[in-house]
Formats: sequence, C-alpha cells, structure tokens
Amino acid sequence: MEPAAARLIGAGLAAIGTGAAAIGVGIIFGQFLLGALRNPTASDGQFGRVFIGVALAEGLGIFALLIAILLLFVVK
Amino acid sequence: MAEENAMDPIHQFAIQPIVSLHPFGIDATFSNASLFMVIVVSAVAALMLIGTGPRALVPGRLQSVAEMAYEFVKSTLHMADLHDGMRFFPFVFTLFLFVLFSNLIGLIPYTFTVTSQIVVTGALALLVIGIVIVYGLLHNGLGFLKLFVPSGVPAVLLPFIVPIEFISFLSRPVSLSVRLFANMLAGHITLKVMGGFVVSLLGAGVFAVLAPLPFAMAVILTAFELLVAVLQAYVFAILTCVYLRDAIHPGH
Repeated sequence: MEPAAARLIGAGLAAIGTGAAAIGVGIIFGQFLLGALRNPTASDGQFGRVFIGVALAEGLGIFALLIAILLLFVVK
Repeated sequence: MAEENAMDPIHQFAIQPIVSLHPFGIDATFSNASLFMVIVVSAVAALMLIGTGPRALVPGRLQSVAEMAYEFVKSTLHMADLHDGMRFFPFVFTLFLFVLFSNLIGLIPYTFTVTSQIVVTGALALLVIGIVIVYGLLHNGLGFLKLFVPSGVPAVLLPFIVPIEFISFLSRPVSLSVRLFANMLAGHITLKVMGGFVVSLLGAGVFAVLAPLPFAMAVILTAFELLVAVLQAYVFAILTCVYLRDAIHPGH
C-alpha cells in the first residue's frame, strides 16, 4: 500500500476515538442530571465539578483527534 | 496531500519572524508568537491595573470584571482544599488569566493562538509539575513519596501499584500540556477547514447557494470554541490546584 493511502486510512481510524469521547461526555452529563433531578438544591454546588469531568473526558478524545491531525498534516 | 492548493489549515500556526535577534548565537527572534504573548500579557495587565484603579465600593463594569476574575480563582482554590490555599493564588491566577486570554485572543480572525503551540503549553505544564515536585519535597521531605503509595493497599500488591502510580504521575504534565494544545489546535483547524469550504463553494458556480451552510457551521463552531477556550483555561487552573493539593498532602 502506498504510504499516502495508509496515512489517510490511519487518520480515519484514529478519528473514531472522538466518538468514545462523545459517549463519555454524555454519560457525565446524564449522571449529573439524574442526580440533580433527585436533589435539585445540592446540584448547584456540584455543577463546577461536572465541567471538570467533561474537560478530562473530552481531553482524551482530543488526543485521538490529535493523532488523526498529525497523520494528515504533519507526517510526510 | 492533494488538497494542498485548495485549503491549508496548518499555515495559521507557522511562526513568522518579525525582528531577527541573535544575541550570543542564541536564536531570540521576535516572532509573531512573541508579539501575541506580549499582547496577551498587556491585555491581562490592562484589565487588572485599570480595573482596580477606581476603588469604588459599588464597582463599575471593568472593576466588576477584575473582581469577578479574582473571586473565581479564589473559589477554585478553595474548592481544591489546600490548607494554605491563598499562598498559591498569584501563581494560579497568572496561569488562569494567561491561558484564558491566549485562548480568547486566538479566536479573533487573523491572530495567532499562543497556546496552540506545544512548546508554550509544554513549558506551562512543566512549570506546574516542577513547582508541585519542588514544593512537595520542601514541605514533606521524603514523605512526598507517599504520593505513590495509596492508603489501604495490602503489601502484596505494592510492587505492582507503586510503578503504576509513578507512571500515572509522570503522565500528568503530558496530559496537562497536550489537552490544552490539542483542544486549541483542533478547534482552529476545524474553523479554518469550514472557512475553506465556504470559499470553495462560492467558487463552484451553481453550488454557491450552499455556501451559507458552512458559514453557519463556522459561526456555531466559533461559539463552541468560546466555550472550549474558557473551559480549558478553567481545567488547567483546577488541575494545577489538584496537583498542588496532592503534593502538600500526599497519600490520599
């Protein structure tokens, strides 16, 4: 296989990891909403922690996107 | 790449020298990256200096913004539970505002995003981890190494747990820098690609009626990038606080 074709296929495979990040972020917000609907007054205090969790989960998905971008634009 | 002539989203990250300086053979060229770092620091200094100038009891708009930034970082430090929390306030405040303003100024068209360079985010992350390690060793002596031994672990498992904890500690600066860098890089590349789509569609004759679609997408993406800019700055600051808390009180 030509290197250019292999690069593009590899980039496509790597970008699948961003879907896993989307699932992770959805789980975090879903669990927060489940808890918040049971205990609304306590939910405002924890809302900041939700965004920390979201950023950490999304960070790992961004690493996958980074590999894809590296393969597309940086590797010759 | 076949699309090289159509769209080049990487060119926006190229470092262009403005003033070439080589004192003692060291390359200290003043580049567009340096220029935007000066702009970011000037903007932060202007916000804080001019914002705290009128010491009105009922603050005006700029003073409100300066006070809200102070209160926000202060509440972040308190949420992270360090015992001498405000000691690290200047450090965390500087980090937070530098990363926030770099991310936000990078969203203006034709600017250069300082934090989209792995060198910049890597330097900031190494600074954070360096301060964590040095302060942890100064404060706890060799008790700092209790960080790698979680409490309540049976002694049989220790030879497996300690190397894993050590490696996960080493991955902290890597994840801290790459998270910020990759978020900024990916966001700006996506924006540039959407812009490239608009231009390509406009030049394709009958398909020019579809051109508003990628334009609307670019607007939505810019709004999302605003959220990501603020969120990544906040996450950088709060992870700094968490790592400092781990250094001061090692052993969960």
